[in-house]
Amino acid sequence: MAHLLNTTFIPTPSPSLRRHATTLSPLTQIIPTQKTQVQSKIREIFMPALSSTMTEGKIVSWVKSEGDKLAKGESVVVVESDKADMDVETFYDGYLAAIIVEDGNSAPVGSAIAFLAETEDEIAQAKSKASTSSSPSDPSSSPTSPPVEVTAGDSSSVGQQVVEKTVSKVMVSSSHPAADGGKRIVASPYAKKLAKELKVDLSGVLGSGPMGRIVAKDIEAAAATASAVVAEAPQPGGGSISVAKTPAGSGIELGTAVPFTTMQGAVSRNMVESLAVPTFRVGYTITTDALDALYKKIKSKGVTMTALLAKATALALVKHPVVNSSCRDGKSFMYNSSINIAVAVAIDSGLITPVLRDADKVDIYTLSRKWKELVDKARAKQLQPHEYTTDRKISVVLDWMIRDLRGTVGGSQSIFSGIPHHAESGCCWMIQ
Amino acid sequence: MQSSISLSTPQSHSSLTAIARSNYKFEPSSIAPSSNKPLNIRFCGLRREALAFSFPQPKRCELQRVAVSGRGRSKKVSASLSDNGGPPKSFDYDLVIIGAGVGGHGAALHAVEKGLKTAIIEGDVVGGTCVNRGCVPSKALLAVSGRMRELQNEHHLKALGLQVSAAGYDRQGVADHANNLASKIRNNLTNSMKALGVDILTGFGTVLGPQKVKYGKVGFTDNVITAKDIIIATGSIPFVPQGIEVDGKTVITSDHALKLEFVPDWIVIVGSGYIGLEFSDVYTALGSEVTFIEALDQLMPGFDPEIGKLAQRILINPRKIDYHTGVFATKITPAKDGKPVIIELIDAKTKEPKDTLEVDAALIATGRAPFTNGLGLENINVVTQRGFVPVDERMRVIDADGNLVPHLYCIGDANGKMMLAHAASAQGISVVEQVTGSDHVLNHLSIPAACFTHPEISMVGLTEPQAREKAEKEGFEISIAKTSFKANTKALAENEGEGLAKLIYRSDNGEILGVHIFGLHAADLIHEASNAIALGTRVQDIKFAVHAHPTLSEVLDELFKSAKVNNAHVTSPFREPVAV
Repeated sequence: MAHLLNTTFIPTPSPSLRRHATTLSPLTQIIPTQKTQVQSKIREIFMPALSSTMTEGKIVSWVKSEGDKLAKGESVVVVESDKADMDVETFYDGYLAAIIVEDGNSAPVGSAIAFLAETEDEIAQAKSKASTSSSPSDPSSSPTSPPVEVTAGDSSSVGQQVVEKTVSKVMVSSSHPAADGGKRIVASPYAKKLAKELKVDLSGVLGSGPMGRIVAKDIEAAAATASAVVAEAPQPGGGSISVAKTPAGSGIELGTAVPFTTMQGAVSRNMVESLAVPTFRVGYTITTDALDALYKKIKSKGVTMTALLAKATALALVKHPVVNSSCRDGKSFMYNSSINIAVAVAIDSGLITPVLRDADKVDIYTLSRKWKELVDKARAKQLQPHEYTTDRKISVVLDWMIRDLRGTVGGSQSIFSGIPHHAESGCCWMIQ
Repeated sequence: MQSSISLSTPQSHSSLTAIARSNYKFEPSSIAPSSNKPLNIRFCGLRREALAFSFPQPKRCELQRVAVSGRGRSKKVSASLSDNGGPPKSFDYDLVIIGAGVGGHGAALHAVEKGLKTAIIEGDVVGGTCVNRGCVPSKALLAVSGRMRELQNEHHLKALGLQVSAAGYDRQGVADHANNLASKIRNNLTNSMKALGVDILTGFGTVLGPQKVKYGKVGFTDNVITAKDIIIATGSIPFVPQGIEVDGKTVITSDHALKLEFVPDWIVIVGSGYIGLEFSDVYTALGSEVTFIEALDQLMPGFDPEIGKLAQRILINPRKIDYHTGVFATKITPAKDGKPVIIELIDAKTKEPKDTLEVDAALIATGRAPFTNGLGLENINVVTQRGFVPVDERMRVIDADGNLVPHLYCIGDANGKMMLAHAASAQGISVVEQVTGSDHVLNHLSIPAACFTHPEISMVGLTEPQAREKAEKEGFEISIAKTSFKANTKALAENEGEGLAKLIYRSDNGEILGVHIFGLHAADLIHEASNAIALGTRVQDIKFAVHAHPTLSEVLDELFKSAKVNNAHVTSPFREPVAV
């Protein structure tokens, strides 16, 4: 029995479940007899299947809190089903040692949602088990993870806009008017809720509300800087920084499932969303002799082809603003106020698109320098949110290896075109 | 006319007792103790049934002699009803009501219907708290907040396929809606009384002695009038605990809040009862953030605990509301000179200082205190208890020695039995029934109550803990039936599946002890249950009643149908089915 208890997923035996579901009695993990040997003192409380088709369940609220004593048959948590909220009872006596999935979060059926310790001494043990097992499952389970996303698209939720807000105001402050010499922290109710959700420490936030109180947007700003500064989720494999998009390949165990990092998740999501974007393809052959000549001339001054292409795009957009417009409501063009061009940069196991703002107005040398800066920052994972996200932009993908790459775009405002380049380098334009 | 009345009496009497016998709710205590009173027992809701006729608008002088119960209203009767047995005198009015709020108004209308010459004394505005500072404006504000909440809930609308851009509000427009509504209702009330011939006397009323009332405006001479019966219906005012300084601008009570003079960024609401809860709904919908201060350990202590838990999950947790429980606000200083409102909190049990809050505004919603000062109660040897006038179950006033004060009644918030507008009105009607010769005892357990948050909460009867206590004491078993709004077609069509309905009943005889609803239109749905309790309908009978589909009322249908009564074979008082 022990091996069953230790796994995070149990395919629940369906016949007995169906029986339980129809009689609508509270469910918990189906352990047929209670005469089993106690092999492990830390038991897992599982997300029950409340119907035969249920694959995931949402925790409405924990009836018992961490540290509470539980008696067999007592209801521990309320789980949402499509008909009603069901009380889930515990099958064992013990203490609710650690809650893995909190109120409002979901978990797959059969996965552990909490640990139950037989005796009080084991509570600490269960807690540590909970903290180690929860970190890899974080990206997949928690819907309240900080809204920092490396996104190439603008299709993500409104919450993304929050991340773009200027982050410069956040500093560690030891005193402000309302804090009474640092003893009290004055924060509005919503700010407190957000701080808890986004795991921001209130004492480090400077309040911008009336009388210096901390308000919601201070918390959001703090969360955004914190996660931009901290490195992204650990990357598997070595640190080989290559321009190529092919994955590193080393250190991956075949036949295993490795969850996405946040960045990978974002890229994947945007790719899928891009499939819903209306697209059309235009092919046009051009001779690039003039371009090549120009490049030869200013190459020495540190200007790269990327910058040249970005500048060219920007100038083209000045002449044809409709390409730099978007459509959100299905009946009007939203013309962008500025021409911002994002160029994709491949980094370890992922992709990021730093943005060159006002590419039409900036001169080619400054543009080039800026671009270099952005690429270095991107590779060092030090890009600020405002440097990689913006509402409206054009993205360019450069891949020196692929001659004719029709990329896809993410975002609700997209026009796509791909242009193979007649030169030793192939390049493809992706316009979002 | 006389003869027809006397004929109908025995008939009505017997039909009433027939129903009474089969009605489980019949309380033996309601039979009048004194033999003087006629034995026509009436249950609330059944009062008009026995009378097959209705009289046209009679002249005042004639009416004085005619009573519905069938006994001529002769002077003999009035003499036998009064304790002192002194010589009967003629009075200015049959009935004088002090206070023209909802209680007074309900009593006045019913009195006129019964043919009493009635006067009502009002020192402030007609309509009292409910119309001017309570139910009416608050429902107007809640209607606005409900709509705002819906329009701002993009997620919710999207599920229906809708999108709304930038819903906003104009504070003055909202305040005007509430004010205009209050004016309109106030005028309706005044006109209805005037049209029926009730004398509206302006001034502050005081009881001078038995059957004697004085009234007058400040600075003017007083008038003294005599009345056969007097009803005190002076209502209540918001209670402000010691240490709290109300300035009407930043530290306010519900009276000020309903004018909606400003919408603060952050407001503290002291008290998490239904008034505080409704205001939190209004303020959060209009963009404020709210903090509750509750002295007890549980938020919303008056509700059934299961409903309270669900209400917290839906009305508090997802909104910009946080709370401190188990604390008192000992000192609240209004904002001035640029400083915010400062609230000092102490632990409710240990009285140790706990925290200090600095906010933009504070709303005091710690309950209501009876408005009984200056009523002249000392003139008749009546002592108030915490301000409330002591009364018995028939609203008769009890004096300091424990005796009933003759011809003096007190209804509504002033007696503290059930501080709800419709309870006051029902009590007023009960008193008028009594003074016109038909005994009446109001069953307070059949009076529903509602909290108009979004979604609404409503209840009638006992909460689960109260029912369990009663069951243990009296030795019967209770059962609980529950259903979720998620199972209701109409609720799902509206995408408002969040909600719960709960029925507490006796499993041995099907008596309904309490019903609690939390969900869309709960305040309207509860009446099926409150009617059932008032009429003594049992679960096994009501489960055959048909409910239209698809409606929210099916939530209650579910409850009734899922209830299981042990001896359901007991014959029920079914009327003969009508062939259609």
